[in-house]
Amino acid sequence: MGVVTSYRMRLRRRYWLARAFGKRRQLRVLADRTRAIRRRDILLVCTVRNERIRLPYFLKYYRQLGVDHFLFIDNGSEDGTSEYLVDQHDCSTWRAKGSYKRSAFGMDWVNHLLRRYGHRHWCLTVDVDEFFVYPFCDTRPIRALTDWLEASSIRSFGAMLLDMYPKDAVTAEPYQEGQDPLEIAPWFDAGNYVFEKNPLLWNLWIQGGPRARAFFADQPRKAPALNKVPLVRWHRNYTYVSSTHALLPRGLNRTYADDGGEKASGILLHAKFLDVLSEKAREELRRGEHYAGGREYAAYAGAIDETRSLWCKWSERYVNWRQLEILGLISKGNWA
Amino acid sequence: MTLGFVMLVHTAFDRAAQVARYWAARGCPVVIHVDKAVRPKDYKPFAEALRPDPNIRFCKRVSVEWGTWSLVEATQNGAQALLRNYPDVRHVYLASGACLPLRPVEELRAYLDDRPDTDFIESVTTDEVTWTIDGLEMERFTLRFPFSWRKQRRLFDGYVDLQRKLGLGRKVPDGISPHLGSQWWCLTRSTLEAILQAPDREQMDRYFRHVWIPDEAYFQTLARRYSGRIESRSLTLSKFDVQGKPHIFYDDHLQLLQRSDCFVARKIWPRANRLYDTFLGQAPDAAPRKEPNPARIDRLFSRSNLRRAEGRTGLISQGRLPAPHWDGTRTCAAYAVFSGFDDIYGDFDMWLARRIGGRVHGHLFHPARAEFAGGERVANGCISDNATLRDYRPEQFLTNLLWATRGERQSFQFGPGDIQDVRDFLARDPNATIVAVTGAWAVRLFRDQRDFSAIRSEAASLQKTELAFIQNLRATSTKARVTVWSLSEFLENPMERLQHMVELIMGHDPRRLTEVPELPDLTGFGRFLQTLRNEGMKPVTTGDIPPEYGERQ
Repeated sequence: MGVVTSYRMRLRRRYWLARAFGKRRQLRVLADRTRAIRRRDILLVCTVRNERIRLPYFLKYYRQLGVDHFLFIDNGSEDGTSEYLVDQHDCSTWRAKGSYKRSAFGMDWVNHLLRRYGHRHWCLTVDVDEFFVYPFCDTRPIRALTDWLEASSIRSFGAMLLDMYPKDAVTAEPYQEGQDPLEIAPWFDAGNYVFEKNPLLWNLWIQGGPRARAFFADQPRKAPALNKVPLVRWHRNYTYVSSTHALLPRGLNRTYADDGGEKASGILLHAKFLDVLSEKAREELRRGEHYAGGREYAAYAGAIDETRSLWCKWSERYVNWRQLEILGLISKGNWA
Repeated sequence: MTLGFVMLVHTAFDRAAQVARYWAARGCPVVIHVDKAVRPKDYKPFAEALRPDPNIRFCKRVSVEWGTWSLVEATQNGAQALLRNYPDVRHVYLASGACLPLRPVEELRAYLDDRPDTDFIESVTTDEVTWTIDGLEMERFTLRFPFSWRKQRRLFDGYVDLQRKLGLGRKVPDGISPHLGSQWWCLTRSTLEAILQAPDREQMDRYFRHVWIPDEAYFQTLARRYSGRIESRSLTLSKFDVQGKPHIFYDDHLQLLQRSDCFVARKIWPRANRLYDTFLGQAPDAAPRKEPNPARIDRLFSRSNLRRAEGRTGLISQGRLPAPHWDGTRTCAAYAVFSGFDDIYGDFDMWLARRIGGRVHGHLFHPARAEFAGGERVANGCISDNATLRDYRPEQFLTNLLWATRGERQSFQFGPGDIQDVRDFLARDPNATIVAVTGAWAVRLFRDQRDFSAIRSEAASLQKTELAFIQNLRATSTKARVTVWSLSEFLENPMERLQHMVELIMGHDPRRLTEVPELPDLTGFGRFLQTLRNEGMKPVTTGDIPPEYGERQ
């Protein structure tokens, strides 16, 4: 049985690699600075669409953490996103022509770039509204983490999504370019997350948070998955299979301990719920290029118009990683 | 007389050079061994930059693999070169390229000047060693280890097992008794010379060549043979994690390191600029000399190892999700579950909250919604009272609630009318105290005054559920503290029972209960039960309550 499953997993991995290979021609290079990538550089891969307003802060945040080079895939932006990215000295940018949906929500493109440029690099794959936080991130650059992971023979690092929201309605305070989105949306749900191990891919399936509470209370099984493995010491044979929720080979998904111990983990602060979302939600709904028929965006479009707030009495206000550690959302593991 | 360093380097050359220069400039000669596996591209500029310094030399290079003899050989080469080239060296300090002096080297030199004959080397008999991660202590000396632990783990383990089974082994040479200890030592010239110039050195080297991790055994064992005065501790602060690799120090450890008063620490993260700048830049302290005191750092790292190995009890998170068969405690704090009391007493919640404090919820698993204390719609951690959400993963709902409210005792009501999915979980949880009055639902039904056929079928279904619950509680796998009374036992002496119940939660209290909730009017209750029986529904969990119960009151 074990052999059969392993073989199935191998086929599946091959399938994803083949898809990525097949979609490579959809990527047209706009600015290729990949020659500047040095041997041990930390890379960041990100797919964007009309995110011009979010980019300055995003780049600032990750440069500060110590990302050395950015690989962007622009999927048909019309707001100057690619023009902005092309001018950045540490960014390489591609334009993807094909359908977002039919390229597995951008994962085929991402897998292709990772295979081509990520081999033997630590690679962080995030969205433009996700901000990576890990233990000691206020005093140690991301390189300290990857050095430690490498010395501990750990190849992948888990970081679940933590949805951040404003206290008032999402549309109440407009987001300004360059602004820290957490100034507007510093609140989060601290302890209503539920977990299940995926028996096949071995990843955790995490749900909960404000979206489950406010939008999916009556159909919790359909609430968005929050588990992510964004940081991986990439190898050309690796592949993401479903967004960054799971990888193959599946050993990479074991970012948790199941013997009562605790493995080190981080979080992706998910600053999705800003005023820019409402416009986006309407557009994405029209475009129909998102997961499960854009079920999520449909829910947002409705909820955001009502000027409803996700905030409740027990919402926590974000302070720093230590707070998340005490709450149990992230763990230092044996990193001290 | 002075102090000399042997420095083993294989990476982070700029930092190694920085530290070597620091020592050399302060009159302490340094002999550097660079791993032969290092590429000339890295080695050359490093060596060429340091060579002009008269206090820095390089010794013959060996290709070093962790856990093998090569490491001892490299150390021997370095020590020989140091002793030969710098005749005024009295103490030899073994360091690595990732070491950083925490106190000015002048202080270390003065410390050693006060103890000119002392060898600082951790050297412990194999019986007392507890820190090996491979579980091999004495066997390091008596088995053979032809396979690499890092690259050929299966062969390594298999061959160890095979030798154990077949009783194979080799003899420890005469004249030495095996000792183990930290690789990082500081020995006197006389001890080191005795070891390196011993007439039987060739024989010893041949023996230790096949000892497992000889760098933690060779000098540690032989120093016992020649030294006049051994201080069995390392002057280098170095701690190991669960995987047996050294903990690494970063900029945010600065204060901790400063307060440790240790002389040298390893390993330092090569990019910890603040640590290097601070410690290499400080002037000797005129204040009285303190003894090294690594206790605080010890505590930090052992806490950290424990966190990885055992985690935080009762936490489920993305880094910790115990498997279904895992046998530990799944909740973080003691809590109490009451069954049946609120069927008997109308205002039981309020009374209980006054008596035992903490947060007293209603029926957390009520089919309609989670009845949080005070009728709240959302509890700590933003846990919703929505029944669908709760019933999606009911055990995790409870685990999460207990975790989010830690520090405050939680109690809740749980009866046969509730969603029963957590029943088994409650029974198996050693943190749960379950106090149940079985058959209490009959009191509620009695007071409800509804259509009797509806009452009859509800009673049947409640009793069925309750019997299954009792079975859970009586199972051998039950770890909860369980007290079960039948309704008739309870009604015999309600005051006594409530007193007992409060003591179960709060511990013994010599004061008697002064205020108990008022028992409802049970006139005709015996008759009611008899009618149930007559209708064909036999109440068993109530215990034996005669038909005339309540007649005389």
